[in-house]
Amino acid sequence: MLTEDIKKEIDSHIHEPQHRAAACTEALRIVQRHRGWIDDESIREVAAYLGMSSHELDSVATFFNLIHRRPVGRHVIRICASVSCWVMGYDALRDGLLKHLGVGMGQTTPDGRFTVVPNQCLGCCDHAPALMIDRDLHRDVNLAALKELLEPYR
Amino acid sequence: MSEAAKERPLTGDLRPDGAALSLKEYEAAGGYSAIRTALGKMSPAGVTELVKTANLRGRGGAGFPTGVKWALVPMGPDAPRPKYLVVNADEMEPGTFKDRLLLEGNPHQLIEGVILAAFAIQAETSYIFLRGEYTVAEERILRAIDEARAAGYLGENILGSGFTLHLYLHMSIGRYICGEETALLNALEGKRATPRTKPPFPQISGLWGKPTIVNNVETLSNLPHIVNRGVEWFKGLSRTPNGGTKLFGVSGKVKRPGLWELPLGTTIREILDLAGGMRDGHTLRAIIPGGASTDFVGPEHLDVQMDFDTVGKVGSRMGTGTMIVLDDKTCPVGMVHNLIQFFAQESCGWCTPCRDGLPWIQKVMAAIENGEGRPEDLDMLRGHTKSLGMGLTFCALAPGAMAPLGSALVRFKDEFDRHIRDKRCAWR
Repeated sequence: MLTEDIKKEIDSHIHEPQHRAAACTEALRIVQRHRGWIDDESIREVAAYLGMSSHELDSVATFFNLIHRRPVGRHVIRICASVSCWVMGYDALRDGLLKHLGVGMGQTTPDGRFTVVPNQCLGCCDHAPALMIDRDLHRDVNLAALKELLEPYR
Repeated sequence: MSEAAKERPLTGDLRPDGAALSLKEYEAAGGYSAIRTALGKMSPAGVTELVKTANLRGRGGAGFPTGVKWALVPMGPDAPRPKYLVVNADEMEPGTFKDRLLLEGNPHQLIEGVILAAFAIQAETSYIFLRGEYTVAEERILRAIDEARAAGYLGENILGSGFTLHLYLHMSIGRYICGEETALLNALEGKRATPRTKPPFPQISGLWGKPTIVNNVETLSNLPHIVNRGVEWFKGLSRTPNGGTKLFGVSGKVKRPGLWELPLGTTIREILDLAGGMRDGHTLRAIIPGGASTDFVGPEHLDVQMDFDTVGKVGSRMGTGTMIVLDDKTCPVGMVHNLIQFFAQESCGWCTPCRDGLPWIQKVMAAIENGEGRPEDLDMLRGHTKSLGMGLTFCALAPGAMAPLGSALVRFKDEFDRHIRDKRCAWR
């Protein structure tokens, strides 16, 4: 069940009442923020709330990069995999990070703390290599200082 | 206006600490005086004419003249309603990091530009379509919209002019194809972001079938300055017939990667000099001048002026104006493979050549890079640069992907051959 708080948050993105479904991508973002990922039940609930079919909403949810249709850890690490970061050492950063966490790309650490995914260009190419943890951008990432970087995310 | 802002209108007044200009700071720098002028003393057609005369060209990459785009919107009492002004703030072209600076550093400048553009086309509703990853910009834009609304710059009857504009922030959930304006409109409608058939163009039938203009962040941020200081000043900022300045960036193995607002027509060499030149022990091999979907140029092109027309004369495009530098310690085949991987993943899947062609190219590129390529693979790649070319796919995504590939197959032919002959990548 969508809570009243979540509904209220979704409502704040319905700018034109005749186009309720337009708020569906914002709604997916909101529900994902509360629940961590978008399960089938969330698809059904959001679709019903916005007057869409669940298949229609799922076609949107599976299209976009930032929506998780599978469970993720408490924190999601998005490593920029695009060209400037690649030139500046993406491969080494990715391999070092995955080794440090003991997981493969797209996987979650056994303690449920981190999920690692690649991300398209983060738009901070002058400070490559870069990654995001949740909403925080980290620039000029230094492989030697990974432990300190991850420390605040418990 | 500060001295710095006379030559660098977009960035001259930015705070050195990187924080956003507050409403008060923006007003102190002359902010929101352009909407007083436009809404108080000018007609919508007058604003469009001004922007046309200034020869402001779209800063998103394609360079279409902004005023010409606006002039196609139906005007007058019989025009369909509502009309929309949409801001493309979905900066996602690999190697591009210019709009981030304007979004984070001066959201009020963008908002004032939005009001001017909306007034010119008489739109009553506007959406800023912002990348989901730009979380700092998200917070700053939301605050700026609140401040602007409280000050009477947004909402009903702005500054008593009778003009009304509602502005909303829409956070994208991430797909490169949203840079294609009709795909962006589908995303705003809550649908899969696939491009639409054109014509009709969005100016006639855009968001929910209503007249819609989609403009880039840097384009809109120029508008207050054109209104305040006029066409001659704006044209004088440039060294070529293209009006204004441009945000130019450099990334890759240079000494000081960065972003600078410079006259249009600044040469590649001057921009590389600002970046401090190559890192010690590295030699310049090639440059992608304006984001992932532009052709490689080489060291022989350093004196080419960066503007919308001149770069085209050497077979590439200025694109977004943010260069990616390839050095001699980096494998060109690997670099192109990385670019193709991006495009293959971001293909929306709507048309067959793009959906099936790009992953095929990616697999072959990976094979070559891993020492498993065959000589005939190069013919197949060359063939694809033709069959995924402009006009043969539904939108410009695949042709954009073919720009770096096609130019690399010529420029780095020896390296492709060597990977196949030696069955390995010499850089690994």
